Amino acid sequence: MRTAFIDALEEAAEQDERIWLLCGDLGYSVLEGFARRFPKRYLNAGVAEQDMTGIAAGLAMSGKIVFTYSIANFPVMRCLEQIRNDVCCHNLNVKIVAVGGGVAYGPAGYTHHGVEDLAIMRVLPNMTTLAPGDPVETKALTRAVIERSGPCYLRLGKAGEPVIHTSQPDIRIGKAALLREGSDGALFSAGGTLGTAMKAAADLAARGVSVSVFSMPSLSPLDVKAILTAAKDTRRIVTVEDHGVGGLGSAVAEVLAASRIHPRFTAMHLKPQPAVVAGSQAAMHAMHGIAAPDIVETMLSLLRP
Amino acid sequence: MPPQTRPAAEFAAKIRAHALRMVHGAKASHIGTSLSMADILSVLYTQTLRIDPERPDWPERDRLIVSKGHGAAILYAALAERGFFPVDWLADYCKDGSKLMGHASHHVPGVEVSTGSLGHGLPIGCGMALAARREGRPHRIFVILSDGELDEGSNWEAVLFAPHHQLDNLVVIVDYNQIQSFGAVKEVLDLDPLPAKWRAFRWSAMEIDGHDFTDLESTLNRVPFEPGKPSAIIAHTVKGKGVSFMENRLAWHYQSPDEGQLAQALQELDSPL
Repeated sequence: MRTAFIDALEEAAEQDERIWLLCGDLGYSVLEGFARRFPKRYLNAGVAEQDMTGIAAGLAMSGKIVFTYSIANFPVMRCLEQIRNDVCCHNLNVKIVAVGGGVAYGPAGYTHHGVEDLAIMRVLPNMTTLAPGDPVETKALTRAVIERSGPCYLRLGKAGEPVIHTSQPDIRIGKAALLREGSDGALFSAGGTLGTAMKAAADLAARGVSVSVFSMPSLSPLDVKAILTAAKDTRRIVTVEDHGVGGLGSAVAEVLAASRIHPRFTAMHLKPQPAVVAGSQAAMHAMHGIAAPDIVETMLSLLRP
Repeated sequence: MPPQTRPAAEFAAKIRAHALRMVHGAKASHIGTSLSMADILSVLYTQTLRIDPERPDWPERDRLIVSKGHGAAILYAALAERGFFPVDWLADYCKDGSKLMGHASHHVPGVEVSTGSLGHGLPIGCGMALAARREGRPHRIFVILSDGELDEGSNWEAVLFAPHHQLDNLVVIVDYNQIQSFGAVKEVLDLDPLPAKWRAFRWSAMEIDGHDFTDLESTLNRVPFEPGKPSAIIAHTVKGKGVSFMENRLAWHYQSPDEGQLAQALQELDSPL
C-alpha cells in the first residue's frame, strides 16, 4: 500500500504544484523519490510530529495541499490536538498518512500498533477517514483525497500486500465496494482485513453459505445505504477490521441501532489489550480472534436459529 | 514625539478601554493578559504590520498569530479599531451568538488563526514562513507567545525548526509578564535565562521594555535583526498594565471587574473613548 500511495502521490505532484509532502523523519526507501523530484515541496520536519502538523496547517493556510507521513500513531496521536485545533477547526487541506495501520508492524510491539486511530479520527469535525483494503484502493483513495477539500486521514498498511480486487473497482470516498455477492449474510471489512474477509467468504461458500463481502475503506463519511440495504437483504452482518473498538464495527452499529432494521450483528475487532508478545499481523489476528476461521465461525453462529 | 501624542499610545489607551468594557460586560476572565500585550499590539497594528482591513485575505499581507489566544479581547479590540469590523461588535463579546468567542477565533475578520490551547501558534507560523520563503514572497509572520505558553514542548520543536530553515521572515514576540495561569513563572517553571535560550537555538534575540513605545517601534521596525535568522523579541511586560489594582496580580487572570472597578480602571487609563 505504501508503494501504491507514493506512486500515486508523485504522479499527482507532477501535475499539481500545490502538493507538499512532510514526514516526521520516517519514510526510508519510500519518500526519497518525491524528495528528489520535488525538493521545494518536501520537508523532513524531524522527530517532531506536533511541529510537523502545525507546519502543515501553516502551509495549508498558505494555499498548499499538504501530506504528513509517519508510522502508525505518530502522525495521529502525538499531535492529536494539532489535528483537532489547527487542521480540523480551520478545515484545512492537510492529508494525514499513517503507514503500519492496525498491527501491520505486529512484531514491533504495542508502541507501533495503530489500533485506536480510526476510532479517534472518525469523530473529528471535517475529517474524512479512510482505511483502504489493498493497493488498488490505496491508489484510488490517494487521488481522491487530493481532489477532496479539507482534512483527510489515509490509513495504510505496509508494503507488499496482495491486490484483492480482481476487476477495476469504483472506489470513492463515502462508498462501499462490493467484492462478492451473497444472500445469507454480509461481511464488511475496513483496512487490512479485506483478504481475510474474502478468504472467510470462500470458506463459507465451501460449506454452502453464501455471503456478500463489502470493502468499507471510508469510515467517515460512511456508506449508510450499503449497510442498511445489506442488513435488510441478508439479516446477518459481521464487521471485521485490523483495529480495536470504535472503528468500523462501532460505526456500523450506530447506523443499525438508529434504524428500524435489526439484523443479527457481530463486530469483530482487536481486543483493547496492549500486546505482551511479538507476533506477525496474521498471528496477532489469530490471537485476537479475527482470523478467517473466526469470521467463518461468527457468521455460522449468526445463521443458527 | 512626546509619548502621549503617539498614534500607538492613543490606540493602546483605546483598546485597553474596550477590553475592560468587554470583559466586564461578559463577566469574562483574562483581562490581565490583554492589558500586558496592549502596547505590543498597538505598535504592530499602527506601525508595523502591512495589512489592509478592506482585504483581510490579501495574499501579500503580513500575518499576525496571537498564540496566547486567551488574550482575544484586546486582539478583537485592536482589529475593530483598525477597521476590520465595526467597533459595536465588541459589546457582544462572549455573548450568545457572537462571533467574538473568548479565545481568538478565525471566524472574526482579521484573526489569522484560532488559538486558545497553548503551544500551537509558532509551528503554524513556521509553516506560513516556510511557504513564503520557498516561494520568495515578501510578507512576514509575527507570532505573539505568552511566557507560560513556553512550558509547552511543541514550541521548542518549532524554535529548533525555524533557524534550521533560515526563516528570517518569522518574528516571535514573547509577552514576558512573569505571571502564568496559576503562579509566578519563576515559581512554576522558570524560563531564565530566556534570551540566552533563544540565542542558543540560533535565533537573533533582543530584550525590550514591552510598554516603551520608542523601544517597541524601533525594534519591530527593524526585523529581521540578522539576515538568515528568525527574530525573537523578549518583551518585558506587566500583567494588568495600566490599571493600578490589576498590575502584577494573579487574580486578574480570572477576575472580571465590577461596575466600580471598571469606572476606576477607565479613569486611570484616561482613554479618549
